[in-house]
Amino acid sequence: MIQRVSLHVGGTLVAVLFLAAIGGPFVVHADPLAVDLAQTLAPPSPQHWLGCDSLGRDMLARILSGARLSLGVSISVVLLAVITGSLVGGAAAIAGGRIDSLVMRGVDIVLAFPGFLLALALAAILGPGLVDLLIALTAMGWTGYARLVRGELLSLREREYVAAARSLGARRARILFRHLLPGIAGPVVVQASFGIGGIIVAEAALSFLGLGARPPTPSWGNMLDAGRQFLLVAPHVTAAPGIAIGLAVLGFNLLGDGLAGRIGRR
Amino acid sequence: MHRILALAPVALGVATITFALIHLVPGDPVVAMLGENAQPADIAGMRHQLGLDRPLWRQYLTYLGGIARGDLGESLSMRQPVGRLIAERYPATLELAFAGLAVAIVIAFPLGIIAGVNPGGIADAGAMSLAILGISVPHLCLGPLLMIIFSLRLRWLPLTGRGGFSHLILPAITLGTALATIIARMLRQSLAQVLAADYIRTARSKGLSRGAAIIRHGLRNALTPVITLLGLEAGGLLTGSIITEVIFSWPGLGRLMISAIGNRDYPLVEGCVLAFALSYVVVNTFTDVVYGAVDPRIRLQRR
Repeated sequence: MIQRVSLHVGGTLVAVLFLAAIGGPFVVHADPLAVDLAQTLAPPSPQHWLGCDSLGRDMLARILSGARLSLGVSISVVLLAVITGSLVGGAAAIAGGRIDSLVMRGVDIVLAFPGFLLALALAAILGPGLVDLLIALTAMGWTGYARLVRGELLSLREREYVAAARSLGARRARILFRHLLPGIAGPVVVQASFGIGGIIVAEAALSFLGLGARPPTPSWGNMLDAGRQFLLVAPHVTAAPGIAIGLAVLGFNLLGDGLAGRIGRR
Repeated sequence: MHRILALAPVALGVATITFALIHLVPGDPVVAMLGENAQPADIAGMRHQLGLDRPLWRQYLTYLGGIARGDLGESLSMRQPVGRLIAERYPATLELAFAGLAVAIVIAFPLGIIAGVNPGGIADAGAMSLAILGISVPHLCLGPLLMIIFSLRLRWLPLTGRGGFSHLILPAITLGTALATIIARMLRQSLAQVLAADYIRTARSKGLSRGAAIIRHGLRNALTPVITLLGLEAGGLLTGSIITEVIFSWPGLGRLMISAIGNRDYPLVEGCVLAFALSYVVVNTFTDVVYGAVDPRIRLQRR
């Protein structure tokens, strides 16, 4: 029951997020980079629904622009992580034996390193920038998918329907693509939905620490950082990106929860 | 005991990753430290001073030898041994992490028990909605929010810094809330499963009250997966403390590392990353030991 509600609420939040990110600039005409010092730290008003930041830039336009960055980065990262993880985990499962245990030992060692710390250290060394951000976040995310894909492949391979296909003379490639991959897709999609939420937070955190998207490019993380100095006089400058991050993460978490119920495993 | 021995290869792996991160990732730390316009002679001098002009395998061995002796090199920006700087800041991070853990447990247990005792009920739905809400508010958002409400508006608690107990409250809540919701969900799942088991019915049929059955037999058995989870999430607690320390200007290891990154002080960055990663490994090993103490079945298997 709860999971049905989760699916609907989460799906709606995510849909709204996508709509806002893609369609926002057509509705809100303010330029997210346009400085207007007369409007410094202006509170929300009919002209500026979410007020303005310390340089008088329209907060709503910046939040929408940040949504595009946040979604773009997190979806790219999760795709990259799923591809890398599937290739590594899949190769390990198919190769089996010593190669399998060697590869998975390597994955375990990377997992022994807290994920965000890895991303943080990589971002610190690569320097700020979008491509570097993608690399750092992907490095943090791929191991989970490698483990998941390997485990699922190994367990699905022993199922009767696969044995049946094999005894009918299906070639290995056909078994892999027709029988195994569709079975793996479900759990991967569920994990990816939670993964996007996690990457949104990690991206915001890196940008907050000055290691992600660089000002003036609006990112929810660097907006949060910029607002901190004005907590007392203009809390809306901090609250707006904070709430945006929370709602986006909530959406993807609920969606993941709901999908897990729909697909029937967790 | 052999759990603790198994720590060594993992620690070596973690140290190796830290080394590889700093030394193998493209991007020259020396150029980054001195700026793009530095003279080639200065760059060469700096490389020599840091020992970066030696073959990689020798740098690696020197690095491992240094760790074994507790020597992590000297900080470039503070001109002090990295080991001493870390040792100075570590207690503050530890204090914050334990306070966060305490907050997490205090929130999670009531929520998880209420939900797990009657799965599917209204209390369950309420507690779990609260949990998913909590999981979705990252440290990054919760910290400033708490500051606005409790420090600036109500003026109940100090805004930033480390001091008495009152300084600890907001950072601890910021750090512990996400973990609390994760534990609550796991506890609910595990408790609901345990309470449906046969031995609970046996205990009840022997005349044990429901409350006693839940506490004496249910909770104890439901704890094992929760403890595993605590170990896994310790990484989140440590890295979450980085963000929390920056938000609340808490003088711990996380803030030291972020300022070292800002100053391009690579020996210090390396030391901090290593300290965090090793802490995580140690906590995980410790969890495994506790795990055995709580669940005798696991102890038996190992013999």
